[in-house]
Amino acid sequence: MSKETIIEKIWNKHVVYKEEGKPDILYIDLHLIHEVTSPQAFEGLRLANRTVRRPDLTFATMDHNVPTKNVEEIKDKIAKQQLDALRENCSEFGIKLAGMFHKDQGIVHVIGPQLGLTQPGKTIVCGDSHTSTHGAFGALAFGIGTSEVEHVFATQTLAQEKPKTMNVKVNGDLPIGVTAKDLILAIIAKFGVNFGTGYVVEYTGQAIRDLTMEGRMTVCNMSIEGGARAGLISPDEKTIDYLYGRKYVPKDEEAFEALKEEWLNLRTDDGAKYDKTIEIDATKIEPQVSWGTNPSMVVPITGKTPKISEVDNKDEVMRALEYMGLEEGQRITDIDVSHVFIGSCTNSRLKDLKRAAEIIKGKKVKEGVKAIVVPGSFLVKEEAETIGLDKVFTDAGFEWRNSGCSACLGMNDDIIPSGGRCASTSNRNFEGRQGNGARTHLVSPEMAAAAAIEGRFVDVRAYSFA
Amino acid sequence: MEKFIAHSGKVFALNRENIDTDQIIPKQFLKRIERTGFGEFVFYNWRYDDDGNLRSNFHLDDEEYSGASVLVTGPNFGCGSSREHAPWSLLDYGFKVIIAPSFADIFYNNAFKNGILLITLDEEKIEEYTEKSQSGDFNLEIDLKNKWIKESSGEITPFDISEYHREKLLNGWDDISLTLLHEDKIKEYEEREVPVGII
Ligand code: SF4
Repeated sequence: MSKETIIEKIWNKHVVYKEEGKPDILYIDLHLIHEVTSPQAFEGLRLANRTVRRPDLTFATMDHNVPTKNVEEIKDKIAKQQLDALRENCSEFGIKLAGMFHKDQGIVHVIGPQLGLTQPGKTIVCGDSHTSTHGAFGALAFGIGTSEVEHVFATQTLAQEKPKTMNVKVNGDLPIGVTAKDLILAIIAKFGVNFGTGYVVEYTGQAIRDLTMEGRMTVCNMSIEGGARAGLISPDEKTIDYLYGRKYVPKDEEAFEALKEEWLNLRTDDGAKYDKTIEIDATKIEPQVSWGTNPSMVVPITGKTPKISEVDNKDEVMRALEYMGLEEGQRITDIDVSHVFIGSCTNSRLKDLKRAAEIIKGKKVKEGVKAIVVPGSFLVKEEAETIGLDKVFTDAGFEWRNSGCSACLGMNDDIIPSGGRCASTSNRNFEGRQGNGARTHLVSPEMAAAAAIEGRFVDVRAYSFA
Repeated sequence: MEKFIAHSGKVFALNRENIDTDQIIPKQFLKRIERTGFGEFVFYNWRYDDDGNLRSNFHLDDEEYSGASVLVTGPNFGCGSSREHAPWSLLDYGFKVIIAPSFADIFYNNAFKNGILLITLDEEKIEEYTEKSQSGDFNLEIDLKNKWIKESSGEITPFDISEYHREKLLNGWDDISLTLLHEDKIKEYEEREVPVGII
């Protein structure tokens, strides 16, 4: 038999129909939806007198728009309208919804894995570009637009061009104090914001194997920031352990054993060929901080902002520095922050919060810095509270919020003010992303925590041992 | 979907790379539940200052560009968020054709599904068009049937596009109807693979 990558294995298995010169029609196993990118798709169905083909393969939550404090009363009327629309649409079409106050509610890319909806070998789509997160489990998961959401509703399939395959090989081990977030930022810094355009990326190598499932989710999450619609990691025992006993994973031991077998067989065959392979040396990676307005504008904490004379894309760098209110050649450790945001589908899982809490335990947030923690899901919040993490954060001066996307995109009230400078564990540092005129620096939870305490960026490697 | 066969229009050039969908349509406008009405908010934060006044350093609203319907821009256009509000807002504003050295994957699909023609040309040509458009009076005629772009000087530039996308635009086909032609295959698949529902 020919040797195949996991990408080809999943793809080929899901092809419903194939015709020369046309995209394949691909079956979709799991369709996750949320309030922002679904209303127009439901409306389209109604207008065309169509229905949802497989409501039982569809799962909805509310995350982008929900308030994370004073949740009882949604003041924003238009946001409320959107949330109400989702509720009504789900009930009309028979779709399971984990809405506000539901124990399964949370950021769509946090709850999928947490509930065991995300499983190896599945094709998973969602009207959100960070759907790549689910690839951490060896699923083929990618973001789609609203027309495609409607297409999946109506047909449970998507017409997709077969993507090229890329191996992102991470050699060696990550040094102590360097996280999955630093790794993916370093990858994007090295290869750029569109290295993955047209590809599905598989992350391989020792450093990837050594990551926790949470770390793998962080890496796959940001695939889209490198232009790849999907990024995934072949399943192994860690994947299996994580999924065992989750709500929507079969409880029957025999059934689970059979699934396990199937899942592990998805692994890329030894010697399988990719269309392209790129490599990075993990041992050289340091904690990373983004300085600019796209996720490739990133340097190590020991570094400086670029010098205009030393870069090719002078206009872009100049614009970015100006927007960010930074000088060229400025030391990263000399940058003060006014805000800290720990949350988002990149870094808001229990392990992320634990690691941040370790840094701040017994310390105080620097005066003048506004720091918030937004757990990724209702359950993450509950679990964190059970082990007292909320206390650690609030004692240090952080605000402890309810789950949602929050300041990752600032659709609700959690907005960084114009000119505000935020150390953020999210995934996008685009202009205005966290608020009009807001300046975002992407970092790991540990780096964000340390920045909250010091009021500026510090090297967490020295910090945690101090 | 409306058929797209040819289009002539004024060029507005936005000489920046990696324009993300957060810039095309900022999040505060994502709360609507309709597909229409996004046009006035396109590139909002670049066009308007904090007080809602037009910025003088962004030229989309300058009189000479009024009615522009062909956007010429830099590489990796439409990266970032998958929001289809981006093509909706561009189309609603009046852009029917976008020409760039490259596009982000999700945006590419989203745009075609809304009948916007995306054309990929090399950077030199883009630079040339950008320069010519500074006059505010640079028009292009785009012929999808024959796959060429014509300047008023008569100069013609051919372009490439997948047959699939071309046919779809020329005929105004919508994807769902196309896929449903193969509904029997979907049924067969479901009978064979038995996808397990969420219970
Ligand atoms: S947390 Fe941010 S990136 Fe993730 S789904 Fe929500 S808005 Fe998108």
